[in-house]
Amino acid sequence: MTEARGQNSSAAQVPVLEVSGLKKHFPLKKGLLRRTVGHVYAIDGVSFSIAEGETLGLVGESGCGKSTVARAVMRLVEPTAGSIKLSGCDITHLRKAELRPHRREMQIIFQDPFASLDPRMSAGAIVGEPLHVHGVARGKELAEQVAALFQQVGLRPAQMRAYPHEFSGGQRQRICIARALALNPKLIVGDEPVSALDVSIQAQVINLMVDLQQEKRLSYLFIAHDLAVVEHISHRIAVMYLGRIVEYADKATLFSRPLHPYTEALLSAVPIPDPKIKRKKRILQGDVPSPVNPPPGCAFHTRCPYVMPRCKQEVPPLFELAPGNLVACHLHEAGIKSA
Amino acid sequence: MTAATEISGNILEVAGLQTYFFTRAGIVKAVDDVSFKLRRGETLAIVGESGCGKSMTALSIMRLVPTPPGRIVGGSVLLDGRDLLLLDDDAMRNVRGNEISMIFQEPMTSLNPVMTIGDQIGEAIRLHQDLPDSAIADKAVEMLRLVRIPEPAQRAAEYPHQLSGGMRQRAMIAMALACSPKVLVADEPTTALDVTIQAQILDLILELQRELGTALILITHDLGIVAETAQRVVVMYAGRKVEEAAVEAIFEQPLHPYTRGLIESIPRLPSMRGEAAVAGARLTEIPGMVPALTDLPPGCLFAPRCALADERCRETYPSYEEKRPGHWAACWHSSALSGGGND
Repeated sequence: MTEARGQNSSAAQVPVLEVSGLKKHFPLKKGLLRRTVGHVYAIDGVSFSIAEGETLGLVGESGCGKSTVARAVMRLVEPTAGSIKLSGCDITHLRKAELRPHRREMQIIFQDPFASLDPRMSAGAIVGEPLHVHGVARGKELAEQVAALFQQVGLRPAQMRAYPHEFSGGQRQRICIARALALNPKLIVGDEPVSALDVSIQAQVINLMVDLQQEKRLSYLFIAHDLAVVEHISHRIAVMYLGRIVEYADKATLFSRPLHPYTEALLSAVPIPDPKIKRKKRILQGDVPSPVNPPPGCAFHTRCPYVMPRCKQEVPPLFELAPGNLVACHLHEAGIKSA
Repeated sequence: MTAATEISGNILEVAGLQTYFFTRAGIVKAVDDVSFKLRRGETLAIVGESGCGKSMTALSIMRLVPTPPGRIVGGSVLLDGRDLLLLDDDAMRNVRGNEISMIFQEPMTSLNPVMTIGDQIGEAIRLHQDLPDSAIADKAVEMLRLVRIPEPAQRAAEYPHQLSGGMRQRAMIAMALACSPKVLVADEPTTALDVTIQAQILDLILELQRELGTALILITHDLGIVAETAQRVVVMYAGRKVEEAAVEAIFEQPLHPYTRGLIESIPRLPSMRGEAAVAGARLTEIPGMVPALTDLPPGCLFAPRCALADERCRETYPSYEEKRPGHWAACWHSSALSGGGND
């Protein structure tokens, strides 16, 4: 059902977001002259697309580049290479003024609702700011629109005058969501939007995001490290490791039949909240290598239980094993490991 | 294994523990009348959301409550029959790190940045054991080997910033276990770590626990970790213990609406259980939020968020009772939950 929705719309219409070959290398500067001595390969060739009303989950461990993808998509960092298309329009190299109308279509929600709200602005002013900046409404009309947004996200319009510190974490995240919704965007990028919240509050915010998506046909790029949350909210999922996508599939396929050894290990490491389920864990050895000096060949070869000589030299390309199911692994390319 | 014979008798008995904070805004009852027993070699999980008092319970047991404004105002903590709350500071220092140890969530802030890893572990040993310096250094390296740190001799000479997050947490565990404590208190030991590293650390803690026979109090908000590691579970809400039972019973038939709400509010990973994932499914929410500890409702603290709450709940705090053998809860409506309420 979900898969069909994703595929139909991507075949029939222009995707809301299309990212291809995206790279972001941050220069490492050292010494008095701040000479560039190397690069952090934060993202190194990432491609994906999101259809209308679809949620793409982006998972991976810290340092894998998932937040940099979010920021690059929002044009908050300048990509080194690649292209970002929003509803078919290439926004990769647009200048600030040219970008502005497109900014209305994409909004971002950050992890920490404490850091992303100005403590000196009232909640109503925060939510109304995008409307004001883009000249959508002012005066009484603005106040009415903000009140409507408050109601949509489950806050009382009477709370418009309160300041961020008067709200709890979950409520603050609702303010962030209201602000993101203000300009009726097509795409909302959520960078760990529920990670800082307690579980009972997390459920409230996830439900709100699902409801809003169904109401407004929103597209989400949902970035998180919690696989249970990602499975719940996403239609398709991309798994990142050290700046690259290693597997890309719809969620049912990914969770029931992971292809990449990293995905397999990641799923095996998730603690399942059910004491009746006993399973043998496949515990990965070692740490994620540094993106400053990524290992040659497949970046995962240093921790991979199936490593072959070839993995240490050749970077495996991301190829389509089955329709909509992509994997970057020599095992599958060579047909050694069957799906 | 001899685990069955070893799990007999209590190593730690906490009774009526009360830790209050005396602030300008009023008295904050961070821990209010919390009791539990920990058997030898057992893993007991304390779960709850932020501000429920789980960490403060741990700090109270360790006598590490920041005073002022906090103070342990009542109760007892019996470690092997001796009440830790009655010890003077010197005697407590001898117990802490020796008979009972603690590991914290954030290894970077709990390690000294200007001391080598080996020296820090050595310090814990030197405080409690009368050994020559060379023997202490050897023991520190030995502890690093025990927590599976590769090249332990070299790592012992390094500083915390040179280690990854997972390695730092291993070093913390080495330090905590250096004197073979009877009880290890782990406060969210893997919350700051990535999921694959979390799996490594949990695996290590459990393996060492089996090897050394240490009893473990695991404080966490992650019900997945609870299900996979604990034998018994204590659930806390707003400073109070609301439920206690064996881990299977807690998940299968929670007898407190809060526990049940918590379990239902987490995504269940259906496709990993071989179930079909439902698109657009909703999670069960617990409405509202945790009350401020300075402004607690008069009756049951969960009543304002509870679907089962009635007049009695709002007026009188429910008595804490054994509802079934080994399964305790503080709720007037447990029978409704265990009766037709199970889904």
